[in-house]
Amino acid sequence: MNSIHDLGGMHGFGPVGLEDKEPAFHVSWEGRVLGLQRSILALGLWNIDVFRHAQEKIRPIDYLSWSYYERWMHTLTATALERGLFDEEELRTGKGLSDGSSIAQKKLTMKDINKAFLRGNFERMGDSEPEFSIGDLVVTKQTYTAGHTRLPRYARDKLGTVIAIRGRHVFPDSVVDQGSEDPQWLYTVEFEGCELWGEAVDPTVSNLIDAFEPYLSRL
Amino acid sequence: MSDAHHHDHAHSDASTLTDTQKRVKALESILVDKGLVDRKVIDQIIEHFENKVGPHIGARVVARAWVSSTFKQSLIEDATKAINGEADFSEVGQHLIAVENSDEIHNVVVCTLCSCYPWDVLGLPPVWYKSAPYRSRVVSEPRSVLQEFGLELPKDRKIRIWDSTAETRYLVIPQRPTNTESMSEAELARLVTRDSMIGTSDVLTTNE
Repeated sequence: MNSIHDLGGMHGFGPVGLEDKEPAFHVSWEGRVLGLQRSILALGLWNIDVFRHAQEKIRPIDYLSWSYYERWMHTLTATALERGLFDEEELRTGKGLSDGSSIAQKKLTMKDINKAFLRGNFERMGDSEPEFSIGDLVVTKQTYTAGHTRLPRYARDKLGTVIAIRGRHVFPDSVVDQGSEDPQWLYTVEFEGCELWGEAVDPTVSNLIDAFEPYLSRL
Repeated sequence: MSDAHHHDHAHSDASTLTDTQKRVKALESILVDKGLVDRKVIDQIIEHFENKVGPHIGARVVARAWVSSTFKQSLIEDATKAINGEADFSEVGQHLIAVENSDEIHNVVVCTLCSCYPWDVLGLPPVWYKSAPYRSRVVSEPRSVLQEFGLELPKDRKIRIWDSTAETRYLVIPQRPTNTESMSEAELARLVTRDSMIGTSDVLTTNE
């Protein structure tokens, strides 16, 4: 969807705010939110793509004014409500009023806590061959989807070159919009800076994205 | 931990914080009551990200790549496989990709759409990496962003900006500083900073 999360190439946000000796968490509740996020994802009711899309749906004014972990907290709460992990009354009272074991069985325990630490494997083997080869010239698609996509606005309808084939991966667009993994070949595509930003851009710059096959067509 | 300020947070007043704290507490309590999450597990997750993972892991990987060309080669071919093949490195997740800086090319990593970051080798991302200024500008005006980090690249140095738009994660292998031939792998690792592995700064030199 075309919202404020898709920040690449926007103006007006000012200098990057750097911080010396930054702590892992600035306030202790941030750590609780991270722990909750890992625990909730481990229940297996929705995945990281759904979590990302929920953040994209935050109103732009809130997205920009909330801190990172505030966005997570609001997103976790909204998605948990939507998917029936708890209901409005429980949220209002701050108490779980019924047992949740019928909703999810895969609770994260100390025994399998490593699942919360290691990135999963998003590659899915299959029979299909990649459509594109390294060195192919490709054009990214133009899209105005309100659903989930990992094709940033700045890289749509642009000419690029395939520089790597990364395997056949779970397709985030389908996970969110259809609830299916629908694996697709994934490529790294390189664009000359001037293709994305116009002639005024520094000619030494090139941009790379990881693009799923449905985002690409042959020149 | 007592300071509620955030660089990307426009309204860090106390009432907002209290409200947020209450909401987080409620969320946790509800899920604990329902038997869906375990408080001890959350404690352990916090402990892991506060104290176990961090840029020291990536720094050891880079230092090994500097001293062993065989390891560097396998790292560039498949970083996950290379790191997990070393007995003294802790296991990292899938689809890690190492990109090497040289006299010709400088690599910088960003996630313009959210905050994808190689947690396994660098720990939690700093606030600036997740912030609007970095995500918006580094793709289109990298040199001015790098200058804010104190990094001035030669004018003819090619800059590649890697946007982490899928489940791949990028680790920059910075250039080894000159005059470090006599240093051990462990000493070299101490030169490798977090930002140098994102591509926004150089490594330290022996003089610093």
